[in-house]
Amino acid sequence: MGWLVALRMTAAEEVLSLTGLAMLLIAAWGGDKTARMLTWVGVAALALAAWLTLPALVNGAMGPGANAFFGQYAADSFAAYAKLLLYLATAASLLVAPAFFGRAGAYRAEYPLLLLFAAVGMGLMVAATNLLTLYIGLELNSLAAYVLAASARDDQRSAEAGLKYFVLGALASGILLFGMSLTYGFTGTASFAGIRAVLHSGVLPMGALFGMTFMLVGLAFKISAVPFHMWTPDVYEGAPTPVTMFFASAPKVAALALTMRVALFAFGGQGHGWQPIVVFAALASIVVGALGAIGQGNIKRLLAYSSINNVGFILIGLATGTPGGAAAMLVYLAIYVVMTIGGFVAVLMLCDAQGRQIEAIADITGLSRTQPLLAGALAMVMFSLAGIPPLFGFWGKFVVFQAAVAAGMVPLAALGIAASVIGAFYYLKVVKVMYFDDPVGKVVGRADAMHWLLLGLAVLALSPLGYLATTWLDGYAVVAAKALFRAA
Amino acid sequence: MNGFPILSAMLAVPLLVSIACLFVSARGARWLALGATLVDFALGVVLWSHFQIGAPGLPAAQWQFTERLPLFAGFQWALGIDGIALVLIALTVFLMPICIGASWNAIEKRVPEYMAAFLFMETLMIGVFAAQDLFLFYIFFEAGLIPMYLIIGVWGGKDRIYASYKFFLYTLLGSVLMLIAMLWMANAAGTTDVPTLMAYNFPVAAQKWLWLAFFASFAVKMPMWPVHTWLPDAHVQAPTAGSVILAGVLLKMGGYGFIRFSLPMFPEASAAFAPLIFGLSMVAVVYTSLVALVQHDMKKLIAYSSVAHMGIVTIGLFAFNRQGLEGAVVVMLSHGLVAGALFLCVGIIYDRLHTREIDRYGGLAINMPHYALLFLLFTMASVGLPGTSGFVGEFLAMIGVYQLSSWVALVCGTGIILGAAYMLYLYRRVVFGGQVNPDAAAMPDLDARELAMLGALAAVVLWMGVHPETFIAPIHADIATLDARLAQARPEGDAHLRAGGPIMPALTARITEGPTGEGPSGEGPSGEGRTR
Repeated sequence: MGWLVALRMTAAEEVLSLTGLAMLLIAAWGGDKTARMLTWVGVAALALAAWLTLPALVNGAMGPGANAFFGQYAADSFAAYAKLLLYLATAASLLVAPAFFGRAGAYRAEYPLLLLFAAVGMGLMVAATNLLTLYIGLELNSLAAYVLAASARDDQRSAEAGLKYFVLGALASGILLFGMSLTYGFTGTASFAGIRAVLHSGVLPMGALFGMTFMLVGLAFKISAVPFHMWTPDVYEGAPTPVTMFFASAPKVAALALTMRVALFAFGGQGHGWQPIVVFAALASIVVGALGAIGQGNIKRLLAYSSINNVGFILIGLATGTPGGAAAMLVYLAIYVVMTIGGFVAVLMLCDAQGRQIEAIADITGLSRTQPLLAGALAMVMFSLAGIPPLFGFWGKFVVFQAAVAAGMVPLAALGIAASVIGAFYYLKVVKVMYFDDPVGKVVGRADAMHWLLLGLAVLALSPLGYLATTWLDGYAVVAAKALFRAA
Repeated sequence: MNGFPILSAMLAVPLLVSIACLFVSARGARWLALGATLVDFALGVVLWSHFQIGAPGLPAAQWQFTERLPLFAGFQWALGIDGIALVLIALTVFLMPICIGASWNAIEKRVPEYMAAFLFMETLMIGVFAAQDLFLFYIFFEAGLIPMYLIIGVWGGKDRIYASYKFFLYTLLGSVLMLIAMLWMANAAGTTDVPTLMAYNFPVAAQKWLWLAFFASFAVKMPMWPVHTWLPDAHVQAPTAGSVILAGVLLKMGGYGFIRFSLPMFPEASAAFAPLIFGLSMVAVVYTSLVALVQHDMKKLIAYSSVAHMGIVTIGLFAFNRQGLEGAVVVMLSHGLVAGALFLCVGIIYDRLHTREIDRYGGLAINMPHYALLFLLFTMASVGLPGTSGFVGEFLAMIGVYQLSSWVALVCGTGIILGAAYMLYLYRRVVFGGQVNPDAAAMPDLDARELAMLGALAAVVLWMGVHPETFIAPIHADIATLDARLAQARPEGDAHLRAGGPIMPALTARITEGPTGEGPSGEGPSGEGRTR
């Protein structure tokens, strides 16, 4: 395989990296006044990257033909599916930023280019078929994310969020690296295909078991699965809302896709080893995410717990260990990204007369009377997150539980779905506050047209019309999942 | 109907108008909503008139007006109705214009949203009865929570928030386990088509789990004792039209679920759990009737009476014979009309005095004679007076269950007596007696709008009481099919009837002709049960 072929396969990353570097230079010389222009450049670069990625998904690229750079990088349909999702989420995070930061004062030029570098890192994460690619991608994404979390320099909570995220993220990276070194030591290879071949069957050696467990712990931190979720509410609350929206969507997709590739492919022969861990993390995330959210008075913290809760449902798909489960996770991820974008865009449209972000749930009381459209959209997102049909959020839960039942894990499915009722309680609370209580009239600021556009698109996708896309979505998810199971 | 998708049209009309309602004024929304529900009612009439009722020698298709569109992954847009679904859809489209009428003046704030919620609700209710795909049914079934939550929570009474939460979470918890059971069934049978599944024989061990999961959902929806506690709260807090739709149609979804899913899909499990159903129903009938007797709040009283009536429905359903099943369906229809009408009666005086306390009224017969007359009719229908709709269903259901268990029939029979007690007691306190409260004595009689709503209901109640065949004819064939399906699992009745032997030869000789010819047909159903 020649270099040229490999370079063509990684074209999306190259476009994003080169654009990012160029943007860095423009920002260094042009200053913050170039920020708006850079945003659009970033969106264009992401669109181009998506266009370059699309063929791999449509053609169902998989197997050895999709490997670049000697098996370190897979340009298969699984990676393509995940990349399209995370490019979408990144682009949405870019588009909401100018109006949001413009309200508060300065919109800095670092924001778009950090997002672009994070996108490169995430692209590497989902395409990684080697422990080193995995780590490079993860760190590239994380370093950008630490800076983003602290990007509101005059806000103490943002600084706190950045510091917490950095310290705990570094710890998780260390744990992951430790697991990787153990795995490498006991299998003698860093490539996923090699690990799969060595550990294909038989008893897992003690060292490799530790390696696998530590790797899963490190990844569980990145996807904020219980019990490694502690940082999530604080970081989500402290970071500026567009950054929170980014954290809740794109890196989650990337880390979950990475976890899928590690668990289902690299350790695919040792399912009985990691399945109990994933089952526990799934149920614990659902329950803790739901219970934790009940007492929250801040809507960003509430959404943070909601994302923990959602990760739990996604992990049920992983716990099955089947291609059907993997496809269900991918469908759920797509719907989750749309719900997250819809939810956070609605939240960042809540502002007072001075354009300051309103975060307290008590302050959106009676919103349905003062801003019926916004309240309606937020209510739809909430019902969707709760998984109530006919909204599209139901479909994500549906496919995941369908996969679990098909894999014979009926008790897991029954427990998971019963716990989802706890979650419905706090989503209802937001609707109750907006619809049943008398208005306090704090949300008076006018929202930007771009915000309305994104919110409108998200709500349209979450409406029952979304079901018309199920055939199409399921088709691609199945192809992507198939690629995952025969990546070598 | 040559290919016109009338069921989809019936779903689309209220849905589209409900979206349109959000963008017009309060006055416009009222008229739009009334127009949409009347159009749907007209479509319902067309539906009924084109529904082919099989005659002996000329059987009609069991499923009519079927539509199949493979729109989605994993399930499809499959609609179609049999006679049971037909009568329940007819009930829905008949009650909806009345609900809109009941809300005409009573709802003053946020009218467009209110009308939109109601119309959306209508779409979902028709969808539940028309869906022929397991998951399509689930979506319609579950989606009803959202508009009802908003209706109770936004336009309800004082404790509306508690009631709305209780309603939502109770029914959601009941339903989610059903979803897991449905997923299992679709996985095992390889299809989501309801008619196919109705003939599919699941392993008996699995049936029991599946039955319990469905039971969790339908028992809450029904509602059966002891999971009925959400109902009095929801009823009391909901606006009048909300109570009408809740009692009239939403509660029927539980019974419909039993008749469409639990019984035909899991006949053996249904037979095994029939004693459970009987036990809960007996408690429901007696206990909730006694609770109704001591209520001071009119709506709560009628809510508890609903639970008791639903107890009669469940014993009829699990009687495993035609009389019981037909009786259950007729009780559901009759209760939909009568309980709806009673909630309207309460709503009418609530609109005037803004209280539901029974003691605040009295002597209404003097100043509201028309109201007193109609209220009396519905009270009698609720009691089950012959000539009203209430009698037909209860009578059939009791006959049905008597063949299976005399004890259940006995206990539930006392419930009917108690029913007479609490309804007549309510009527006496509200309508008869002296005019103790001057403000209640000053209330004006029914206006034209109220007269039209109650008059329409009264006409149908009498029609169903005098000539029930109109309403039973469409369901005969479907009940027979269901009965045949249940035959494999029918439990043995406790009444072991034996043909009497001759005691005195001389007497026998004298009556040889008559009784021997009449005997078997006279005790027909039980004789039939014994010979199997």
